[in-house]
Amino acid sequence: MVKTDIAQEPIGPEHEPEAEWMELNMGPHHPSTHGVLRVRLKLDGEIVRDADADIGYLHTGFEKSFEDKTYTQGITFSDRMDYLAPPINNVGFVSAVEKLIGVEVPPRAQAIRVIMMELARVSSHELWLGTTGLDLGVYSGFFYAWRDRDLALDLNEAYSGVRMMTSFTRVGGVAWDLPDGWLDQLQRFIDVMPSRIDDFESMLTDNPIWHQRLEGVGVISAADAIEAGVTGPVLRASGVNYDVRKAFPYCGYEQYDFEVPVGTNGDCYDRYRMRVAEMRQSLRILQQAVDNLPGGPWLTSDRKVALPPRSELSKSMEAVIHQFRLVSEGFKGPVGDVYAFVESPRGELGFYLVSDGTNKPYRMKVRPPSFCNLQALKRLVQGVLVADVIAIMGSLDFILGDCDR
Amino acid sequence: MGELKLRAEPFQTGRAAGPTPLNALGDNVLTSTLDKVINWGRSSAIWPALFGLACCAIEMMGAVGPRQDISRFGSELFRASPRQSDLLIVSGRVAIKMVPVIRQVYDQMPEPKWVIAMGACASSAGMFNNYAIVQSVDKIIPVDIYLPGCPPRPEALLDAVIKLQRKIRGEPLVQRPA
Amino acid sequence: MSVNPTGTLVQRIGERFKTALQESSDFRGDLSVVIEPGTLVDVARYLKVEEGFDYLLHATAVDWPARDPRFTAVWEVRSLANKTRIRLKTTAAMPDPHVPSLTSVWPAANWHERETWDLFGITFDGHPDLRRILMPPSWEGFPLRKDYVSFGEPVIFSDQKLEGLEPDAIRG
Repeated sequence: MVKTDIAQEPIGPEHEPEAEWMELNMGPHHPSTHGVLRVRLKLDGEIVRDADADIGYLHTGFEKSFEDKTYTQGITFSDRMDYLAPPINNVGFVSAVEKLIGVEVPPRAQAIRVIMMELARVSSHELWLGTTGLDLGVYSGFFYAWRDRDLALDLNEAYSGVRMMTSFTRVGGVAWDLPDGWLDQLQRFIDVMPSRIDDFESMLTDNPIWHQRLEGVGVISAADAIEAGVTGPVLRASGVNYDVRKAFPYCGYEQYDFEVPVGTNGDCYDRYRMRVAEMRQSLRILQQAVDNLPGGPWLTSDRKVALPPRSELSKSMEAVIHQFRLVSEGFKGPVGDVYAFVESPRGELGFYLVSDGTNKPYRMKVRPPSFCNLQALKRLVQGVLVADVIAIMGSLDFILGDCDR
Repeated sequence: MGELKLRAEPFQTGRAAGPTPLNALGDNVLTSTLDKVINWGRSSAIWPALFGLACCAIEMMGAVGPRQDISRFGSELFRASPRQSDLLIVSGRVAIKMVPVIRQVYDQMPEPKWVIAMGACASSAGMFNNYAIVQSVDKIIPVDIYLPGCPPRPEALLDAVIKLQRKIRGEPLVQRPA
Repeated sequence: MSVNPTGTLVQRIGERFKTALQESSDFRGDLSVVIEPGTLVDVARYLKVEEGFDYLLHATAVDWPARDPRFTAVWEVRSLANKTRIRLKTTAAMPDPHVPSLTSVWPAANWHERETWDLFGITFDGHPDLRRILMPPSWEGFPLRKDYVSFGEPVIFSDQKLEGLEPDAIRG
């Protein structure tokens, strides 16, 4: 029985027998599923009684592909998994390899990685705002989101040559140094973004329709969230203060001063507030990274894993040999298995790497945050209206490329 | 959906596919002018279906965004229902599980319909030569324009739409200066 | 609980479960233990209830065709409060590899174990809903096994001939 504010009459009978429930197929071709997801909803009138999420419509075989590419070749593949924040996939992938081999990353490379990751976080959350808004009727929000996202993509393009699939990390550092004038462009981005986020907030945060659609919808308690294995803003909205950047700092995150927003109600509205607050904190981290950017090398000088600079090739025979070895064969890792993890906009993105001592990963398992969050969909949509299913799916912020791999 | 066999060669499209009612009337002044008018109308308002699969879908959204704005070229709206759309932009990698779905969506579109294979994965499976990805969407549906890139920029998608418009009007796809 | 429990955690597991703990290792700061399959659920429950490992990160498997038993099933869990992590492993042999399912201990393992079944063919005894998740339901074969050939199409260069090639058939 569900009561609405509009009419004080309950919708639908007390309960229908299960044989009368209608099965509604949502997707895989559907505007609101944010990718190719199929959800089979069992409806009792307008109320959802059960949902079965059917994934695999974008299964690409990444994990199998990683097994016959060297560690450096795999970096280009890793972008395409969570395609809204490719730099974060890049950093996660090389973090696993660096942890396995035991390579130190120089401070400048760490700072560049942080900058690219936080840019990716801002652009991913912007797009989330745009598309989730689009599902819920905020048609203009989509254009606001793209106006801002294009600025971040311009920065990506100026640095790596590609708008989205940057592949900018290498084992032991980053592939290139920042170009001239890039930091000024980044500073302009940091200066203009807070007002852009304010634009979004002025449109949405106090909007009564937005409140009605999202408040109290898709509530999950902290204990249930931990049991269901959800991660990222969904977990934090339920009150669990867990962010990989604070709990297990990587890439020098311990030197930056930022807060991790934590919610109280665990509903869709709190998840929205989490992501907007995270965007603002990302801008804070970006400002600090720009102000305190260390000088020095951007790639480790360990020639066993990283290519020597081209200027050395004409002077040193050893450099030529290293170059040849690295390009033709790559480097070998020790036997063992490691798990490295980073905080993507969706949650904890983990890479479990098993090595058998050769130059290719023996098994590279990706722990995708979207897969873990989507598993909770069944729990979250019990007893809600069909329209709320759209709001809940939007608030989970999953990407099928990440989920299906 | 049963056993679905893929073809080794792509389908034929356009005029090579066979006569349309207009072609069957033969070439004379009336039908050639009518042909031009109809094709001009068709090319000026191509409404794509919302069919974003993977990363290319994000750049397709970018083409809809304010900086590139595909609606300048007639694609004012992306329709959610294939029955109301003219163009299927297959944007992203096509997994095995998705094959019957693409075929069904394509079949649901009424004629005239066109397909742009956006991105390297839709054109030729891109970097994924493995068990999970169909090696080009033209094994399932006929493709009019192949757009390389990983992902192609929104401007490249606009270029593909412009070339498709020229194809529809029967003009050469690449116009060289005289 | 002590400030640095992982050093003695293995000892506690060893004392409690004796020979079920087959191996343990600490490589690059990651603690792993290999448990015999029969006692796995008890060890898992002990870890969750008494050691506070409440958050499942992932579950997967690794295929070692040269070894017997061939498969190693892996679960990785974290204790959010203590900020520690442990990797539980067990083995499964061909033909018909089986391991116990840990969904009764960590419900979040549901989809992860389904995926491992789908890609490796390891049956999880006690799993409520073991069916394919990433591949089509009628797919035959287990793609991530090392003996599963993965290419989609042989690459043909422009100076090679096209005859004699079969069109690809989709299964299922």
